[in-house]
Amino acid sequence: MTLASATVRSGRDGPPGKGAADRGAGTWFLVLPALIPILVLSVGPLLYGIALAFTDAQSGRTRATQWIGTLNFRDLLHDGLFWESFRIGLVWAVGVTVPQFVLALGLALLLNENLRMRWLARALAIIPWAMPEVVVGIMWRLVYNPDAGILNETIRDLGLGDGRDWLTGLATALPAVILVGVWSGMPQTTVALLAGLQNTPHELHEAAALDGAGAWRRFRTVTWPAIRPVALSITALNFIWNFNSFALVYVLTNGGPGGRTRLPMLFAYEEAFRYGQFGYAAAMGCVMVAVISVILAVYLAGRLRGGDDR
Amino acid sequence: MSMRTRRSVRAGQYVALLCYLIFLAFPFLWLISTAFKPAPELGSLHPTWIPQHPTLDNFRQAFDEQPLLRAAANSLIAALSAGLIAVLIATPMAYVMARHRTRLSTAATGWVVVSQAFPFVLLIIPLFLVLKNLHLINTLWGLVLVYVVWALPFALWMLVGYVRAVPRELEEAAAVDGAGRLRTLVSVTAPLLAPGIVATALFAFITAWNEFFFALVLLKTPEKQTLPVVLTHFLGAEGASDLGPLAAAAFLATLPSLVLFAVIQRRITGGMLAGAVKN
Repeated sequence: MTLASATVRSGRDGPPGKGAADRGAGTWFLVLPALIPILVLSVGPLLYGIALAFTDAQSGRTRATQWIGTLNFRDLLHDGLFWESFRIGLVWAVGVTVPQFVLALGLALLLNENLRMRWLARALAIIPWAMPEVVVGIMWRLVYNPDAGILNETIRDLGLGDGRDWLTGLATALPAVILVGVWSGMPQTTVALLAGLQNTPHELHEAAALDGAGAWRRFRTVTWPAIRPVALSITALNFIWNFNSFALVYVLTNGGPGGRTRLPMLFAYEEAFRYGQFGYAAAMGCVMVAVISVILAVYLAGRLRGGDDR
Repeated sequence: MSMRTRRSVRAGQYVALLCYLIFLAFPFLWLISTAFKPAPELGSLHPTWIPQHPTLDNFRQAFDEQPLLRAAANSLIAALSAGLIAVLIATPMAYVMARHRTRLSTAATGWVVVSQAFPFVLLIIPLFLVLKNLHLINTLWGLVLVYVVWALPFALWMLVGYVRAVPRELEEAAAVDGAGRLRTLVSVTAPLLAPGIVATALFAFITAWNEFFFALVLLKTPEKQTLPVVLTHFLGAEGASDLGPLAAAAFLATLPSLVLFAVIQRRITGGMLAGAVKN
């Protein structure tokens, strides 16, 4: 579900329909096959999930589930481990999203030039994009492997020391998984930005160049304004996806060492499916949504108000 | 710009591109290299890029250790069904969303965006309970249900873009000729949409093939599990000797989605572009 909505913006531009008569029963006939599953298996469960956060639901219990009001949330407030994982989630999300954007922008700018190896870069960019996250995790475990991995061998070859056990070191685990996150999400971001770049009118570039604008000036005045909307939405979406990610880190470290890479989703998954605390885990999900929404709203409002983006 | 600066800028660009290529390729090359290495080389403290004595033993061992064929079949069934069902029900709805500006299509578009933002844990707990009541836990059909709904947002998004790319005038011409609504849809619009529908189905297939979280929660026994879940079983005992089979199995699991993705990549990016431009 990663790329298709990368450039999602509200799509309400469709021309108005031909008339009210045309939209009656026929329309419902067309819409219901998708609408029913959406309501029953997506919207419904989401509301149910939010409701569960206010209950003491547990897995495999015979006694009936009871409403307990905001007790889960009050417990969460004092759950230091949860907030620690929340903090790690934010560090991870920012740590992945920002370098990912910078690298992807660089690559998109390069691919927009008339370079000879463009096709190869496009072909290679498919690899991280099409790979199962589980395989990406396994692959990087092989790279990071302390003895048989290529990373430490390269470090030894370059005479930079003995290398180390990256994924199990307390200090190195989070940076190590962040690097994998950057690698795996870069292609989607690149393609989205490239799409924006290809909408930039070429004449503007040439005019600016004729006026003697340097590369940086041209980027600031011509390129950036053109790709800003795409850049904004892809960054926001990347941030959310990264904050909510699971499989990659589950395979790489499973939250270790000592919880240093335990993202909120890993925490909630364990709470729900190892300890069976459905209500409590649902409350975690609600808090995650709420905080992320607030952060995003502030970010988007700030960026939009920024106008010409200084 | 002088000739010389232009040339040095070009050179710099090529160096930068080369760095990107290395960064993108090296982990994958290492995976392949590891998959073909015999056990003694995997245990070596000085691993090499090229296997000294390449072997297929790791692949054989991988199939011996875990039910990979069974898992691949499960993945295939789940991903095929999800892809087919998703486009079958999404196409008509996408058509309505693209052509009619109703409150419904506004809400649907909003849902497409919002559904991207929810942490899956908020969805999976209630789904788990619902599927448990329907006795669909640990069945592929339960997983397919989840995958269909999960694939719908981006299927709708892609398809709406493809529908908008079909000129309205064609449909109007058919209407003038006296064709009914459904008739127009089937005989005029659908054929033009076909490549987009195929691309969307394949994309849904790939995402379902790669999916891990829902499969991990919903499938309990090894004979029901999909490929990504079975792959994680290789991680259990972490001796150096297990690296080879692990790499071999991981490499095999990637091939189908890599090949399919290479085939439809142009269409996917095209669909994204269409959506972005038409906005």
